[in-house]
Amino acid sequence: MTADVVTDVLVVGAGGAGMYAAIAAARNGADVVLVDKSLIGRGGATIMAQMTVAAAVGEQEADHWTHHLQDTLEAGRGLCNGELAAILCEEAPIRIREMEDWKVGWAREGNHLKQVMAPGHQIPRCVYADFLNTGPAVAKTLRTQIGRADNIRRAGELTITSVVVEGGRVVGAVGLDVETGAAVTIDAKAVILAAGGLTRLYRRNSASVNMGGDSYALALRAGAELVDMEFVQFFPIGHLAPRMVGMDPIMWDPFRYKLGGRLLNGKGEEFVQNYGHAEVTDKYTAPRDVVSFAILQEVAAGRGSPAGGAYLSFEHIPEAELRAAFGPVIDRLADNGIDLTKRGIEVSPIAHYHMGGVRVDAQMETAVPGLYAAGEAVGGANGANRLSGNAIPEAFVFGERAGRFAAAQAVGQESGWSAAAAAAALDEISSSLDVSATHSGAGLSGMLVELQELMWEDVGLLRTAAQLERALARIREMRAEIGDHPADSDHRFALSMQDWFDMRNSLLCAEAIVLGAQRRTESRGAHQRADFPLTDPAQAHNLVTRLDTAGLTVTQVPLVSHDFELVPLEAAE
Amino acid sequence: MTQQTVNPEVARLRVQRGGPNDDPILEEFEVPYREGMSVLDALIWIRANTDSSLAIRYSCTNANTCKECMVKVEGKTVYACTERLGTVPVTVGPLTNKRLLRDLVTDIVPPKEKLSALLGRDAD
Repeated sequence: MTADVVTDVLVVGAGGAGMYAAIAAARNGADVVLVDKSLIGRGGATIMAQMTVAAAVGEQEADHWTHHLQDTLEAGRGLCNGELAAILCEEAPIRIREMEDWKVGWAREGNHLKQVMAPGHQIPRCVYADFLNTGPAVAKTLRTQIGRADNIRRAGELTITSVVVEGGRVVGAVGLDVETGAAVTIDAKAVILAAGGLTRLYRRNSASVNMGGDSYALALRAGAELVDMEFVQFFPIGHLAPRMVGMDPIMWDPFRYKLGGRLLNGKGEEFVQNYGHAEVTDKYTAPRDVVSFAILQEVAAGRGSPAGGAYLSFEHIPEAELRAAFGPVIDRLADNGIDLTKRGIEVSPIAHYHMGGVRVDAQMETAVPGLYAAGEAVGGANGANRLSGNAIPEAFVFGERAGRFAAAQAVGQESGWSAAAAAAALDEISSSLDVSATHSGAGLSGMLVELQELMWEDVGLLRTAAQLERALARIREMRAEIGDHPADSDHRFALSMQDWFDMRNSLLCAEAIVLGAQRRTESRGAHQRADFPLTDPAQAHNLVTRLDTAGLTVTQVPLVSHDFELVPLEAAE
Repeated sequence: MTQQTVNPEVARLRVQRGGPNDDPILEEFEVPYREGMSVLDALIWIRANTDSSLAIRYSCTNANTCKECMVKVEGKTVYACTERLGTVPVTVGPLTNKRLLRDLVTDIVPPKEKLSALLGRDAD
């Protein structure tokens, strides 16, 4: 039987990485289908990006990609995949200029791109679009390019539930049409997983609703490997209070880039300098892992702000300066009852990004031929802690490569579609339509809340063996509770069915994080163990996760290093 | 008509339920009120705690960038994520100028970004 849709390359996820992958695959001759469980170009993390995009374009000050690489490796606390990190830094300027050609509208000053300093960078390196508009500008630009390519077809509200593998290689995928609750089969010679990260697993998060770990779970179930799953980045100064609507909780980051600001504990004292990094007032330099840990410790010591975080204060900055830096954003704050000249706001760590992810080679291909990954879905480039500004260039660079190499493999290749290989995945969807039992009440949407609470409390910023053990036991119970297919269907706009597939993916990812966190008996970057507070030089290796019939297994592998020589900046001019 | 008890800790929403071929009904929900909460906060709470079959569409949740959560509140078109909820009961319904899919979800998807178009093109 033939599939419902036939293409060369299927791209799963239509954020920055997925859209770039689709564009690259199409211009390399492939017929492309781009799908997203949300709407095209609207879901995912990219559109929520507030500001910084790191790239050694060297317009404002002399720079060279090897210096960006040095900063990336330093932030990664010794665990970066050196090869992927080098690709990211070397190709970022090419992609930034391509986006400029596509009229993304990077902020300019005089005759050059404006570049700001961000924590962990040695020089001002980050381009952006004003005001707090990097994500929307990027998404709109890529969506326009997608619309111009006649060999990219696209569909929103299609949830890919399984990648189909036959004879050891990818032959397509099965998805759930959310509008009708029906199954859809897609014959594809290559599949690119670009469905982002897993920060929705945590109670406090900055995630879109579709960031529940789909990329990782799809990869595992297709036979691919994950790497560094224990490293979840907590953004230190997520908005906590007062309640603010219509603004991303990450928005204080750009305020600090432009204006500095002061981070204060509940007693009104600066404290970050007490945690091993001398952050100076009005200079935003302390790395994310250090600041998150510092806030957590202040709260634990009874020196938190009323809502359980820290104060971020711009009270010493004149209103005119605030308005010059953020224009209309100041009015949106006023609508929320926030006047930065009058009082500080409260901030706290918030799950923001996943360093771990799908294990790929330099062509973005997994161990399963025909299965690729791009963007946040990829693990390894950022090691134990991501450098600020690296997420959007990662989406562009890895997206472009995944699309290009997938096209090279897929174009001209015979279809390997097998209805038999897709049968199990189809049954999961169609069997739910026959079952008379319907759930009522909270259902799986309520279970997600429980999982988020569990991950926040026991697998969050500071972990212990006892907490991880407790979390693992409950996660495994939940995996058993949800069964092996959705309990019912709404048919029209089948959110309950999608909840089940989401939950299956999220629980698998949650278990993978816990297993990695148990295995890593040290503190390094974003992974902090209260019972192993020091970094152990003997654990400078990566942990790889696989799924087999016995369940998830974790093994250690040597680091992927990459020799490079720092090019002197005088030579880079 | 009925007497409204004012409880500062509860927000009340009357939410339109049903598909395109059903007679729409207004179902009343109570959610714990938190100062500054949005209509979307309340709808997400209902799905997690009271009735997960409620159909809503949203993605970015709080940033007002995805623009997917447009609904009618008291007959006015708003984004559910930026519309503040008070302790006075409000009526929430779907957009009226778009094809209704179910409950609060309407067909706002551009024609070239829909699965039906993708399948149609494949059929010919």
